[in-house]
Formats: sequence, structure tokens, C-alpha cells
Amino acid sequence: MSILSLSATQLAEKIKTGEIKVVDATRAVLDQIDKEDSNYHCFVTVDRENALLKAEIIQKKIDSGELTGPLAGVPMAIKDNMCTEGLLTTCSSKILGNFIPTYSSEAVINLEAAGAVLIGKTNMDEFAMGSTTETSAFGVTKNPWNPECVPGGSSGGSAAAVAGQECYFALGSDTGGSIRQPASFCGVVGMKPTYGTVSRYGLIAYGSSLDQIGPIAKNVTDCAVILETISSHDIKDSTSVKRADTDFSKALVQDVTGMKIGIPKDYFLEGLNHEVRDSVLAAAKLLKEKGAIVEEFDLSLVEYAIPAYYTIASAEASSNLERFDGIKYGYRTKEFEGLHSMYKRTRSEGFGAEVKRRIMLGSFVLSSGYYDAYYLKALRTKALIKKVFDEAFEKYDLILGPVAPTTAPKLGESLKDPIKMYLGDIYTIAVNLAGLPAISVPCGIDSQGLPIGLQLIGNCFEEKKIIQAAYTYEQLRGPFDKKTEGGAL
Amino acid sequence: MAKVYETVIGLEVHVELATKTKIFCGCTTEFGGLPNTHTCPVCTGMPGSLPVLNKQVVEYAMAVGLATDCSITQYCKFDRKNYFYPDNPQNYQISQLYLPICRDGGVEIETSRGKKTVRIHEIHMEEDAGKLIHDEWENCSLVDYNRSGVPLIEIVSEPDMRSAEEVIAYLEKLRLIIQYLGASDCKLQEGSMRADVNLSVNEVGATEFGTRTEMKNLNSFKAISRAIEAERIRQIELIEEGKSVTQETRRWDDNKEYSYAMRSKEDAQDYRYFPEPDLVPIAISDEWIASVKNNQPELRTAKQKRYLEEYDIPEYDIDIITGSKHLSDIFEQTVAICKQPKKVSNWLMVETMRLLKEHEMEPEDIRFSPENLAKLIKLTEEKVINSTVAKEVFERVFKDNTDPEKYVDEKGLKTVTDDGALRKTIEEIMEKNPQSVEDFHNGKEKAIGFLVGQTMKAMQGKVDPGTINSMLRELLG
Repeated sequence: MSILSLSATQLAEKIKTGEIKVVDATRAVLDQIDKEDSNYHCFVTVDRENALLKAEIIQKKIDSGELTGPLAGVPMAIKDNMCTEGLLTTCSSKILGNFIPTYSSEAVINLEAAGAVLIGKTNMDEFAMGSTTETSAFGVTKNPWNPECVPGGSSGGSAAAVAGQECYFALGSDTGGSIRQPASFCGVVGMKPTYGTVSRYGLIAYGSSLDQIGPIAKNVTDCAVILETISSHDIKDSTSVKRADTDFSKALVQDVTGMKIGIPKDYFLEGLNHEVRDSVLAAAKLLKEKGAIVEEFDLSLVEYAIPAYYTIASAEASSNLERFDGIKYGYRTKEFEGLHSMYKRTRSEGFGAEVKRRIMLGSFVLSSGYYDAYYLKALRTKALIKKVFDEAFEKYDLILGPVAPTTAPKLGESLKDPIKMYLGDIYTIAVNLAGLPAISVPCGIDSQGLPIGLQLIGNCFEEKKIIQAAYTYEQLRGPFDKKTEGGAL
Repeated sequence: MAKVYETVIGLEVHVELATKTKIFCGCTTEFGGLPNTHTCPVCTGMPGSLPVLNKQVVEYAMAVGLATDCSITQYCKFDRKNYFYPDNPQNYQISQLYLPICRDGGVEIETSRGKKTVRIHEIHMEEDAGKLIHDEWENCSLVDYNRSGVPLIEIVSEPDMRSAEEVIAYLEKLRLIIQYLGASDCKLQEGSMRADVNLSVNEVGATEFGTRTEMKNLNSFKAISRAIEAERIRQIELIEEGKSVTQETRRWDDNKEYSYAMRSKEDAQDYRYFPEPDLVPIAISDEWIASVKNNQPELRTAKQKRYLEEYDIPEYDIDIITGSKHLSDIFEQTVAICKQPKKVSNWLMVETMRLLKEHEMEPEDIRFSPENLAKLIKLTEEKVINSTVAKEVFERVFKDNTDPEKYVDEKGLKTVTDDGALRKTIEEIMEKNPQSVEDFHNGKEKAIGFLVGQTMKAMQGKVDPGTINSMLRELLG
């Protein structure tokens, strides 16, 4: 078994026993990056020398018994919208092309304290706006299962890096599906926790009321362990929640007996690819056979989630991105006459088309005269969607459905029709609007050899139920990687 | 017949709160400091930084609201006000639009025309911006974010004032309340209190208000009075000429005593307000309100009543002393040391007021300590120095907070009690001024004043003038 095919927690075990050195694991992924990243372009920045340096330091701490956790010595990648002290953090945008933060995001600090080794920053859709990682200012990322396909987005670099064995795990951020959808497209596990579970401090905001950081990993066990490490009550983030139940690895139990799982009929209507549908329903059947109570129900309001989401997220983004103005940091236009010309040129040159589209949309829905008709209505829709889920969770422990209507599309197809791309978020977006936790677990391969993802959604603060069901399913399903499934590598 | 006009004024008053740290981060609010040294990722708008509300800001805002009869919004929120300007690092200001912390209050003012209530529409919390410095030499602008994120409250009145006198009375009242609460020092010159004046005129008896303008950059009560008068006249002239008043923001230039238009309503920005998603709503419990109420310091009216009962000093003095929180603090602390309320009041009412006026200072600018004033009073009480010397010493105390005991010692200003020395000096003065002695003997009473003055001069003022007088008369026979 190659060192690269180990999961994060398996690697940590072998490091702990002394079988593998931290520096060897680090070198292995750096070599894999050297070998493969020119093809897939998962990374914006690779921090080779520091990674090797840190590997040595962490090895010493492991040897001395100072570091004993389940991620000690494991090389990781971080999505490039999370600040990393002293290391370029671009959001895959020209406007932050030269930005080196003086502080790290809380999630990264927590992982580094646990002994994980940061090897680099992953590519993404510019400012996390997109579903394909094609809006990056620094080039597209390709899907390791098929380099003609997108890896999904916006955390496409993170998902592809895990799938392509260029790191052992990665962090992504999920505003409308940006962890779960690329995880699904790349055949890896991605989890979005309950809003407020992971501190947003240091995460460069897209839609503040929806953004959550979460893990992308090779299996459910790794996901649970990573989430346990990055969850913390952070006084620097006012929306951070104090939770006593973040010992998520305790939920890695193979048992779904009596668990009530609801399948929303609304998620299986027109627009869902039949191979995806069959694969997801087969997964449901497997859980039912193991003792889960699975039934269909009407979730309703699903069609309103997309307009509500794009209204709220764009509104917040239009304001969040105002600080990128060429005054304090980042890109500034070369030639200008006066302040307003500087602002206009800097932002016109610094932002890409999709970001501009959302800034304009967001500015419009907040304008006086339109605020009530669009923004307030979207907030009311958000509240209704939350209510619909509350009612569903009175009956069910979990909701089961697809992650995306199709498997990974071909490169260049999605941006031609942004509305169609937005519609691709239909199964993931409502989860963010309601602040719920959800996971994406691989559940099959389509006829083109591309992975399919299963989504399990839980009530707020019930990640453990999700982890338990996902872990059980994963055990029943058996190994899932490109080699065993006859994939590209 | 000439038309009679009425002036209608409403105020927006910004007050910088006296918290130790900024509203959304832990940076100090202290004045001074090299540019951008009182800053962090939050108050410089760095990517990924998040605001965390300073609880003290909420308590000060509540205290001001309760003291001005407002109702407290128990579920209140912050909103973002979006506009691009380099002094505003995020290009949005965190403020309150939809659910401000205080609403529907008012304060009673008293002017030459009697008492009336000025209603307060709302009080909201917000953050201050940084400061732009234009470098003419380098042809560039620099920005200092030390003030960025300093907490402010904005007190918005209803259009209830009709004259500059009422405006000043209202501002004085607000200033006193806030100073007494300790929520701010409210210095107009230093910008810790700033007032924007909304003003319109209409014919007396008209059913609607006229079109209003908003006046900015008013840095003193005098500037406010002058600006109100100038704007009133400008608007009446426009109307008399058959022109109309434009709704606009104007900037007052106090040196030229003239205002000019900054922007009209048409250029008004759309601030695209929306709820701040990085901050959770504030839930204010009845218990919290009660505890802020209970911890409220003694306000002016209560203090006036207590002074009248506790100290035997005139009501007029009480009015002046309680007219400044700082002055009343000095009074009470000095009295606590020397137990002489009347003497303390005299020093504050006469010499202190004279020096303040002379130096164009406000009572808030007083720097001498109650200990030193008490020492000075003790020195005069024990006749260690006479009243003339005391005044001279007080000037030093006022200026540098000098220790009067040491100063009197070092300068040898103690009253000379040695009769022999005085007798000798007087004899010398008489000898040098035979004409005056003769004049006195010829019945010119005035001559004795000259001789007393000469003796005083020779003795460097260290003698009681009464003593000189009686000894002179004795020697002159």
C-alpha cells in the first residue's frame, strides 16, 4: 500500500508508531504535487520549504510526546480564502494577488496546534463564487477522475487535491454547497457543519450569514476527526456557538437501527440525472436493509431556495467585497486620476466577471426602493425554509438526497449559462439557508466513470447522527477510490 | 407688510463614548499615538477579520437613553451603511438604522422664553472613521486608522428647536447629562461631541415646514450660533427673492462666517443599509436595564438639591458649579479635604472663572488638583499668606498644578509677622517720601495709600495691608 493512499487518521497512526516519519509523508505529497499538479492545478501556492521545516518540528514534538492527537504530522491543504500568517492568501482573485496576511484563521490555528502540516493553499472559484473552480483568476482546476471535467466548486482545489492524493485532507468553505458539491464530483467526503460550529475568523467572507468552514477528506472517519479539531467557540467570531458536543469521533459507530430517514420527493423530480437518482436511492435501500426506517415525504419550498440564496449571498457579498479598493492592500491599478478613478479601475481590473455579476446583483437588491421587494422577501423565504426543515426534523433524524443533479460537467460548459450553473446548487443551498449540517459521501460511479455523491442532512447541532449514518453507509459500501473503481489514476 | 418667519431646527449630535477600547475590537481609544499604532486587523478592515461588540458601548448608550427619557429597544441590531471613502477601511460603517438602541425620549430646556421639551427621535450606536491627512508636498493622501472603530452614539432630535438659544440650551443639557454619566467628555473643539444642524424656515402660521438644509463642521457653540443665524438669513433671502431652498448638505466655514453646499439631495448616496450579518442581535433584559439605571451616577438636578441642603452656598454658585461635572467634582473633593464649602466655592467662582475666561478655557480643561486648592485655602486660613499673595500663588496652581505649600516656601512668600522689620521698612519709606508724609499731615488722606503701596512693594507683598496701615498711622502720629 502506497504511503499516499493512506487516510489522514491511518497516516497519523503510522507516524505515532514510528513506522512513517512526518517529513516522509510531507515529501510524498510534495512529490505528488510536483508530479501531478501541472495537470490538475489544485494549488495556488505550495509552501514547500516551510512544510518540510514544520514537518521536522512536529516530528520532534511527536517524539517527545507533546503531540499525540489523531492528526499530528498529517500534511494538509487549505482553501485559499482562509488567511494563513505569512503565506499568500488570494481568494483566487487578482485583487488579492499579493496579499500576505499577518494572522491565521482560527480553523487553521486549531489544526496547526493539533500538529497538521500546512503544505499549501488550494485553488477555488474567485471569492468562492462559482460551482466549478473555473472563475479562479489563476486558471482552472481539473477533476482527477477525468481532467476534461471540472472538480466542482467553489472548493474545487481542495476536493481535487484530496482525490488526487496531493494532500491527506483539506479545508473547504461552504456557502451554498461549496464543500459538498466538489467532494461529490471528486469522489471524496466533504462536510458542512452547523452554522457557528467552526469560527469564521480569518475566513475571507463571501456570504457571512451562510459561510461555514468544513473538512474535505478521504473518508467519514477523517472528516469526523478533522471537524472535532476545528470546532471551537471563538470569542473573535460573534456568530460562533459554544458547544459541548463536538466529540464527533464518538459517533463513528456502525449502527442505523431505528434511525428515521426522510427522502424529500421534491429532490427527485425533473432535472435529476437518472444515474444519480438510482445510485442515491440504492444507498437509501442499503441503510434500510440495515435497520433504518426510510420513507418519502414532501419538503416543499425547494424551488424558492435558489432565488433566496442568490439574493442574500450576493447582497452580503456586495458589501463584504467593498473593502477591496486598492487603498490598503492588494491590487491597485497602475494609472488613475483621482480617488474615484482609482476605485473604479482597481475594482474593474481586479475582479473577474462572476464576482462583478454578483456584486451588481447584490447592490441592486439592497438599493433603496428594492430592498423590501427583494432582500427582505429573501430573508422571509429563508425563515420559511428553516421552518419547513424544523418540521421535517420533528419526524426524521436525517434527510437523504443527492448532492447535485448531475456528475461533474465538462470544463467550459457551465459558465456559458450562469442560470443553469446556479440551478445546479438546488440540493445543497437550502441547507445553508437553514444553517444545517450536511455531508457528501461517494455512493457510486456513473457510466462516464465519474463519482456520484450521497447527501445526508441533519438538524442543527446533530452532526453526530449524520456521522453515524454516513460511517455506517461507508462501511456497507466498501472501499471507494479511483483504483478500485477503475478510475483515472 | 413684511412677512414673519419661523426657524425650525433639529439636531444630529455625535458623541464619542469614553470607553477604554474600541467598539468592535480591543484596540485602545486613547488620543495621540503614532499613526496606525492603535490598530488591528478588525479596525483596519483586513480580510477575514470580524467585529465583536464592546458591552460597555451598549451600557453607555443605554445610560444616555435612560437619562433622556428614551425607551430602550430590547431587541436591537446593527446594520451596515455602505459608502466608499478611504477613511472607512471596510467601505461600510457598522451603524444602526432599523432597530436603534433608544427611541422616543426628550430633554427639558430652559431659555429666556421659558421651559420647553426637545424630543429625541432616537439614539443609535456606530463606529467612527479614521483620519485622512493630505500631504501637499508629496501630492498624496495618507490615512490614520487610530480613530477607526472608536465608539459613537448619534442622538437625533425632533425638529423642536426654534432659535440658536434653544439649540445651545439643548446641547448644554445633553452635554451635562452625558458628562455626569461619565459616558463622554463631550468636547466640541476636540470633536468628542459634534453637532449637525438641520434647519428650515417657514412663514409663521404655515401648515408645513420649509425645505431643510443640513449644516456640518460646527466646532463650537459660537460657531453653531453663527451658522444658525447665517443660514436662517440665507434661506429667508432666497424665499423673499422668490427662489426656493435646495435640500442639501452645507459646510460651515467659521473663519469666513459662510457656508457652502457640499452635496444636494440628488447626489445623495444610496447607503444600501442591511442587517450586519457578522453581529448577532442584542437582547436587552429588564434586569440589565434595571442595573444600568441603578448604577446611574447622581445627575445635576439631584446634585443641586443636595448642595443646597449640605453646603451653605448661594444658589447662583450651585448653578455655576454643577454646570460642569468636572467643576463639581473638584468642588466636592476639595470640600472633602478642607471642610470649607464657602471658601472653595469662592475660589472656583471668582479666581477660577476669571482665569478660565482669560485663557479661553472650559471648566473641563481645569488641571489643578483638589489637594492643591485645599492646601492654598489652608495657607490663607492660617494667615501664612495674605490674600494678594494667595491670588498670585493660585495662578501658579491653576497653570501648572503647583503645590502651593512648596511654592510659598521656595519663593519666601510667607507673611512677615516680625513687627520690627515692618517698622524699619516703614521708617525708611517715610524718610524717602517726605512730601507724602507732609501731604498726610496737611490732611490729604490719599497720601497714606501711596505709602502703604510703597511699603507693600518693599516687603514684596508678604505683609497684610491692614497691618501696614495701622502701623503707618501710628508712626505718622
